Amino acid sequence: MINDNLHYKGEPTNSLEVTDSPHLDRQKNESFGHALRKNLFGNKKNTVLTVLTGLFTVFVLYQVVSFVLENSWDVVYIHLRLLMIGQYPLEELWRLWFGLYYASLMIGLTWGLWRGAGKAVAFTFGAVYLAFAAVPWTTLNTSLNLAACIGLIAGGYVLGGKVDRLKIPVLVLWGLYFPLTIGLIMGFGGLLDPVLSRYWGGWLLTVILASVAIIGCFPLGILLALGRRSSLPAVKYVCIAYIELVRGTPLIMVLFIGQLLIPLFLGGQTGLDNVTRAMIAYVFFAAAYLAEDVRGGLQSIPTGQFEAAQALGLNKVKTTFFIILPQALKAVIPAMVGLFITILKDTSLVAIIGLADFLGTARRISNNPEYLGRYLELYVFVAAFYFIFCYLMAYVSRYLERSLSKGSR
Amino acid sequence: MTPTEKNRKTPIWRNRKVVPVILQIIFLAIIGLLLWILIQNTMTGLRRIGMSFGFDFLNARAGFNINEAMIEYSTSDPYVRAIMVGIVSTLRVSFFGIILATIIGVLVGIAKMSDNWLLSKVASVYIDIFRNTPLLLQIFVLNFAVFLPLPRIQEALRLGPLYLSNRGAVIPWADLHEGSAIWALLLLVVIGASVLVYKWQMKREVEEGKNTYPFLSAFGAFILLCGAGYLVTGEGPLQLTIPAHTGADVTGGLSLSTPFLSVLVALTIFTSTYIAEIVRGGVQAVPKGQVEATKALGFRSATAMRLVIFPQAIRIIIPQMTSQYLNLIKNSSLAMAVGYQEIVGVGNTVINQSGRTLEVIVIMIAVYLSFSLTTSLFMNIFNKKFQLVER
Repeated sequence: MINDNLHYKGEPTNSLEVTDSPHLDRQKNESFGHALRKNLFGNKKNTVLTVLTGLFTVFVLYQVVSFVLENSWDVVYIHLRLLMIGQYPLEELWRLWFGLYYASLMIGLTWGLWRGAGKAVAFTFGAVYLAFAAVPWTTLNTSLNLAACIGLIAGGYVLGGKVDRLKIPVLVLWGLYFPLTIGLIMGFGGLLDPVLSRYWGGWLLTVILASVAIIGCFPLGILLALGRRSSLPAVKYVCIAYIELVRGTPLIMVLFIGQLLIPLFLGGQTGLDNVTRAMIAYVFFAAAYLAEDVRGGLQSIPTGQFEAAQALGLNKVKTTFFIILPQALKAVIPAMVGLFITILKDTSLVAIIGLADFLGTARRISNNPEYLGRYLELYVFVAAFYFIFCYLMAYVSRYLERSLSKGSR
Repeated sequence: MTPTEKNRKTPIWRNRKVVPVILQIIFLAIIGLLLWILIQNTMTGLRRIGMSFGFDFLNARAGFNINEAMIEYSTSDPYVRAIMVGIVSTLRVSFFGIILATIIGVLVGIAKMSDNWLLSKVASVYIDIFRNTPLLLQIFVLNFAVFLPLPRIQEALRLGPLYLSNRGAVIPWADLHEGSAIWALLLLVVIGASVLVYKWQMKREVEEGKNTYPFLSAFGAFILLCGAGYLVTGEGPLQLTIPAHTGADVTGGLSLSTPFLSVLVALTIFTSTYIAEIVRGGVQAVPKGQVEATKALGFRSATAMRLVIFPQAIRIIIPQMTSQYLNLIKNSSLAMAVGYQEIVGVGNTVINQSGRTLEVIVIMIAVYLSFSLTTSLFMNIFNKKFQLVER
């Protein structure tokens, strides 16, 4: 039913309210408790609904709490390292710690400089670090490293809040983050001891796969979006054919093509390992979806922008890259974050083709007869991790959506 | 202006008629070249392992078993038959998934829009949890942590008329029998008659200005005629079978395997969260003035919903629903991870047995493309019917 009972909400506030969840309509000077009581037990229909839903909620909460308390969770913490980083060599662990340090500092700086949703990101990361550092079975070394990460977030925040000039360097450092970290993890093509992709695993592999897919799909995706709106029929129809073909095919098929057909396409034998082939498959898959999102943005640009660019004497290429695309991409940020969330979740499909990503590792551990029947503990842990990061992305996306629409008003 | 001057004025690389054509030719040449290289590579690759491209293998004996085949199948049937079985299995899980996800999604969407704070909060927690975890994980949890730990079939749990065990569920079902064909004809006639009754009563209502309850009359006519049909033929349209526990097994009813149930439930839950948000978005996109107008006209809120809000919301909802339905069909391919043999699962087995990777993948892509094209076609027709008629 439509929420139309009372609509006076006090003075309009200037702060961005980032919540997609239901909120209580509250009269001016009315306490939260009173408003809640009026809402829940205001009339007969609501009272019945409240009692039924309340009973259901209590039942579910009781089940969840007793599940968490009754299990020993040893299957999770014994394999914690395997779940997080797979078989990444212990002596090269400092590379991963460097990646985390770098990310923590950047998150802190971003939060300090721009405020906004950076707070939520910083707090989520901080809370996850804290949780891992505080549980009794992490080694002292790990705990100290995690504590250092928390310190870096806090330090970055303070520094970012004080020094406003850091905005450009921080953006540059964010741009360098991915190439630097992934290069370090791989060993810079021989500069350091290379760590082959077969040793990546767990959450590390999930994050690498997702980042490669997210970053890698941009060039192709944008070109496809532009191509689809091209005035040249040949270009247009080739792009449409690609986009519709990929979007009509399930991801698992695209992964099969990556695993089984890429070697064939490249002439029988290649040196590409299965992680690289999965990455290629994800990039080509995600590009088709990104193209559709970007196309939405391109369609939303008013004709006046094209005409103004033309009047200023810009040619087509300049108009596209300096006038149209920046606006179009900005307009579809929320849709793109939605796509990123889907990509992060969909990296779990590599478990089917036999890679040991986060879910794949959990699946392998649960196959160990020693832990027979302990599936739920493992899967709940995995689910919680996916949930935290997907929800965080959704939250940031909603924040950006509101703040962007606020700017345009 | 002499012809030479004219030529000088528009050199060929600035000619607006020629340049696009040249560009397109170059573009197509590059694409063609890429494809040609790929095909050449593939051909040499295939030749090196001593195979050639062709679909003759489809007639060879499949030799593997498929659980839960919906159409007749045995291990001596050819590959093409096995693939057909896979297609039917995909359609089966998708069909029920779409129906269940729509029902649950609409209910959750309505719950989230509720005035009641608690109900709306519970709905949004449901949406957040199942939307932000991978579907494959949900399938694993249901299969390995929920359905497989159930008791063996000998000690099957009984929930009203249905039985649950680690082999899956057995539910009451309606089977076709010899009289079903006659009943199908009969039903067509009865429905036609009810529609006529509805139209006639509606016409009376409009002409005489009295409330003639057209829907109720049509429904009554339907029930009466069906009852008459039952008395005449002496049997219902379908034969109801109810499962019964015999000690070592459950007989009768329709049995659904554990993998099928896991996939069906996971697809339903996962898709319902998206449908809930679509429904909510659609209803809330209807301008507030419309709600106020219905109030000013004295509509009850249910009537306003049915006659004013919903018809406008449905236009926003339908295109998004279509893509969710297509997503559900595509996502059903994850079923192979728990051993429900739908098209991708069967295809995978065929690849492993025959080594015909390329051919099988081409077939599977063709199957999925035809699914999505048919669905879009139907939805477009539906969409046209609900489109705004501009003045």
